[in-house]
Amino acid sequence: MARLLSFAMFVAIWWIASLFAGDAKLPPPPTVLTAMIAEARSGDLFFHLGATLARVTLAFTLAMALGSAIGYLMGRVRLADRLGDPWLILLLNLPALVVIVLAYIWAGLTEVAAIAAIAINKLPTAVVTLREGARALDAALDEMATVFALPRWSRFRHVILPQLSPYIAAAARSGLSLVWKIVLVAELLGRPNGVGFEIGVAFQLFDIPLLLAYSLSFAAVVLLIETLLVQPFEARASRWRPRAA
Amino acid sequence: MRLEVEIASKTFKSAAGEQHDVIAGVAFALNAGEVGVLVGPSGCGKSTMLRILAGLDPDFQGRVSRPAGARIGFVFQEPRLLPWRSVEENVRLAAPLADEPKLSALFEILELKAHRNHFPGELSLGLARRVALARAFAVEPEFLILDEPLASLDAALASRLRDEIAMLIDGRSVMTLLVTHDVDDAVRLGDRVILLSPRPARVLADLPIRTPRSARGEVEIAAIKSEIMRRIDGCPTKQDGS
Repeated sequence: MARLLSFAMFVAIWWIASLFAGDAKLPPPPTVLTAMIAEARSGDLFFHLGATLARVTLAFTLAMALGSAIGYLMGRVRLADRLGDPWLILLLNLPALVVIVLAYIWAGLTEVAAIAAIAINKLPTAVVTLREGARALDAALDEMATVFALPRWSRFRHVILPQLSPYIAAAARSGLSLVWKIVLVAELLGRPNGVGFEIGVAFQLFDIPLLLAYSLSFAAVVLLIETLLVQPFEARASRWRPRAA
Repeated sequence: MRLEVEIASKTFKSAAGEQHDVIAGVAFALNAGEVGVLVGPSGCGKSTMLRILAGLDPDFQGRVSRPAGARIGFVFQEPRLLPWRSVEENVRLAAPLADEPKLSALFEILELKAHRNHFPGELSLGLARRVALARAFAVEPEFLILDEPLASLDAALASRLRDEIAMLIDGRSVMTLLVTHDVDDAVRLGDRVILLSPRPARVLADLPIRTPRSARGEVEIAAIKSEIMRRIDGCPTKQDGS
C-alpha cells in the first residue's frame, strides 16, 4: 500500500513538473506511456531490455563468482592479501570509462569486451566486501568444526557460507546497482543494441519521450528484480536472526 | 585408549610483544573410561591446555599422546553452536552417523525435546549448554572434553545438569577430561582430580577417587573435598579455593 502511494506521488510530481518545464523538456506521463507502448508493440523494447539484461546477468555472475573467490582467498591467506592489495586499489579507483574504452580498443567492439569491462568494474567491490567477510570469520566456530572433524563441504556450507552470506548479499546489492549503471555506458559506447544504445539514439534525435520510455522501463525491471529476487534471498539468509520487534 | 600428557611449557606472546608463561610443566595420564578433572583457579591455563589436548594448538613444548584420529567430543565453555542452524541440525552436523533413536534418547535426558527446531539464539545459556553436550555425546566420542560445563548457571540448574552429565558419562564409560574451578563438581564427577596451581600452571596433586561415582555418599564427598582444600592451601602459592 505504502509502495503504491509512493509510486502515485512520483507520477504526480512528474506530471506537475512537466506543466512547468513544458513538453519539449519534460513530456507528461501519458506521452511517455504512449512511446513505451509503441516500442513494446514493435518488440523493440523487449529486444533491447533483453540484450541489456543478458549482459547484466553474465557480467554480474562473472564478477560475483571471481570476486568472492579472490576476496575469500585474500581474507584468509596473508600472502594473497599482500600480493593482491595494490591491484585491488588500482582497480577500485580506475574510472569505469577507462576500463570500457580500453576493453573496446584491445578486444574490439565485441560482446566479450563489453561484458568483461562491466565485470572488471564490479569485481573490486566484491573482492573488498568478501575480504572483510573472510577476515571476520569466527575462529571459535572454526575450532569447533576442526574438533568435530566436519567434512570439508559441510564445513563450507554450514559454518563458513552462513557467516559470509551478509557480505555476499551486500556485495550483490551494491554490485548490482553498479552494474546497472555501467552496462548502459558500455552499450552506449560500443554495442548495436540494448537500453544504453537506444538511449544514445534518443539523445541524438532529442527524442525525450523515447529516452524516458527506455529509462523508466529499465528502472521497472531493476525494481522487479530487487523485489522478486534480491529481497527474498536476504530474508531467507537472515531467517535465523531473532526478529526485531 | 589412553591419554598421556607432558607439557613442559606453553607461552603466549601478547599484542604488546611480551611473553607470558601459561603452563610451566603439567604431566598426567588418563586411562580408558576414566574421568579426569582438572581443578584450578580461573585464568590458570586450563582452557589453553584443553585446546592443546584437542589438537587445536600445536605450538607448545612437550608431548601429548592420544590415538590418532580418535573421535573427540568437545563441550566448549561458550557453547559454540551454529546460530543459523536449528538445535537438531547443530547436533546432526557434528554427528552425521547418529540415528534417530539415539538422538531422541539424548534429547530426552538433556530435556531438549521441545527445542529441537529452535535456533540457538532463542535458547537460554543453560539450554545452549545442553545442546553443546548433546552434540558432544552424539558423536560417540572416544575422548570427551568438557570445559567448565556448569559455569555461569544458577546452583539448582547446575546441579541438575551435573546429574545429567554423570548419567551420560556412566552409560558410556568414555575417557573424559573435565575442567572446572569448582571443587564440589570435581569430586562428584571425577575418578581422578588433578589440582593445578595458578598461572603458570603446574600440577599440585593428582588424587584418584576409588569409590565409584554412584556410590559416593555425602560424608565421603565432604572428606575428599577437605583433603583437596588442604592440598590447595598447603601449596606455597596461595589461591582462593572456591
